[in-house]
Amino acid sequence: MASNNNTSGVTLNKKKFHVSKVFIYIALAFWALTTIYPFFWVILNSFRESTMIVRDSFSIPWPGSGGTFSNYTTAFERVPLLGSYFNSIMISGIVTIVVVLLSGFAAYGLVRYQFKGRGFLHSMVIASMMFPAFATIIPVFMMESSWHIVNTGNTLLSWLSVILPQIAGNLSFSIIVLMGFIRSLPIDLEEAAYLEGYNVYQIFFKIIFPLAKPSFATVSIFTFLWSYNDMFTQMFFLRSRPQYTITRLLSEIASIAGIDYGLMAAAVTVIIVPVLIVYIIFQNNIVKGLTAGAVKG
Amino acid sequence: MLSGFLKEGDHMNSMIYKKKSPLFLFLIPAFAFMTVYLYYPFVMNIYNSFCKIRALGTASKGFNDPLYENYTKLFTDAAMGTAFKNTMLLMLCTIIFQVGIALLLALLIDNITVGTKFFRTVYFFPIVISAGALGLLFNLLFLYPSQGVSSVGGGPINTIVGALTGQNGPAMIDWKSMENWMFTMFLPIMWQYVGFYFVIIITGLNNISADIYEAASIDGADGMKRIRYITLPLLHNTLCTCLTLAITGALKVFDLPWVMFPNGVPLGQSWLTGTYMYSVTYGGDVDYGSTIALLIVVLGVVISQVANIIFKEKDY
Repeated sequence: MASNNNTSGVTLNKKKFHVSKVFIYIALAFWALTTIYPFFWVILNSFRESTMIVRDSFSIPWPGSGGTFSNYTTAFERVPLLGSYFNSIMISGIVTIVVVLLSGFAAYGLVRYQFKGRGFLHSMVIASMMFPAFATIIPVFMMESSWHIVNTGNTLLSWLSVILPQIAGNLSFSIIVLMGFIRSLPIDLEEAAYLEGYNVYQIFFKIIFPLAKPSFATVSIFTFLWSYNDMFTQMFFLRSRPQYTITRLLSEIASIAGIDYGLMAAAVTVIIVPVLIVYIIFQNNIVKGLTAGAVKG
Repeated sequence: MLSGFLKEGDHMNSMIYKKKSPLFLFLIPAFAFMTVYLYYPFVMNIYNSFCKIRALGTASKGFNDPLYENYTKLFTDAAMGTAFKNTMLLMLCTIIFQVGIALLLALLIDNITVGTKFFRTVYFFPIVISAGALGLLFNLLFLYPSQGVSSVGGGPINTIVGALTGQNGPAMIDWKSMENWMFTMFLPIMWQYVGFYFVIIITGLNNISADIYEAASIDGADGMKRIRYITLPLLHNTLCTCLTLAITGALKVFDLPWVMFPNGVPLGQSWLTGTYMYSVTYGGDVDYGSTIALLIVVLGVVISQVANIIFKEKDY
């Protein structure tokens, strides 16, 4: 389909070439439309009266013809959005910081040191990427339950019960991405620093970390998004409303909102927009990071 | 795809790294986490599948009798059969549509230079959005009048279908009915991950050197011929990676079906292995839930191995 029109060999007819490009752009733009328009639609309709969403969802909502802000006031009144945001940011923030630190350490150790068992530890990292959350979640729940950190009603403990398995689940991807980057750094700088009297920890924090900042950024963004979006783990461990994260809340918004579609559109918008902003700011790190560690789905 | 991480050049025997004691601090935290939270639970999950556990967080009440009770149940449980069948279909559709559309878009974009970054960014965007939020979004898009507050109008997708089929007003299709649920559930899942495979394939395409294309065009291979005899064979390994990812990815799907089709609606038709495992576990049959979880892992490993044997990775 791509180049049906230019089978004429190296001497491409300029006009034919042009026509096939127009088709290519139309096809590509069509798919782009399918990925952009649904988000645009839901944001637009979050400003429309609920009854109008079924009836007339493609016009621009103006005040007086079905446009309103009331969905947002209702959303913040009826759904504990702010508290859930706070829980989400705290949980995913802590997960991200710990994952970045621990995977940075592990990647540095695995790349720069030569020791017995290095190959084994490396296979351990790779193999652990094969475990879906399904296969570990029940024993993790039972283990944490025996430590009395689940179902306690205590918000801080419930954070902890989600944070710990999420850290473990994100480590291997981060270690692999960071290993790739640290390996590419020239060792001369570290040697120079060593001669200046730096110890290994200083070398890690003052040389490796600043140099590897782009990959640490990639790893942080991915870890944060995965943790933020991970509904499955959150559904297991967060069992009461005050502990809910924004994603956990999602699984119940349908029943809270019922047939108030305006409220639902507003809730979806409130959940999507922060991620949209993060995405626009960090798009390069995100897309490149994926190719660096295409192993994790 | 997983080999090649340890290269000879890694063995830096620089003075700095002669002393091994800092290694403990570097390695122990991460590997302790993995052992306690991934490896130990994984083994325990296998053990649990032979036990009697009636609620999450309660101790096991001894072994099942017979020991393999849950494993025979996998074959006799009708809902499990539905979940298995749906998951296999989803996997097939994932391979055909997600990877297929991604490949098509990647081959198209390979012909243009202006706007490639824009398309890449836009195509990838749905992946960073929580699948749960997308579920709610598609619930709204697939609205059907009988679910609505008003009997007038038919929801956005029905409106579009109505306009495209030349009807006077919106189509009246119940997208979540017994006939339509599968389309309604699969469409958003397919749509969300096209960008993921697109980016992987684009990276593979960029690795094909321009010299090869030049040589080919001197030999008269252009257009479809070029794609058939040069691009696709050279993309073989990339497509193998996509295949493995699509297989394991289809087995991990949970959030979106759970939000759009909770508890297997309509009438237990829409179960997937993941959603069924969750429901069984919270329904009080924890050991059976463990068995289903183990089945998910086994399916992932076996099917991706078989696929890799069939479409063996090659060196060019």
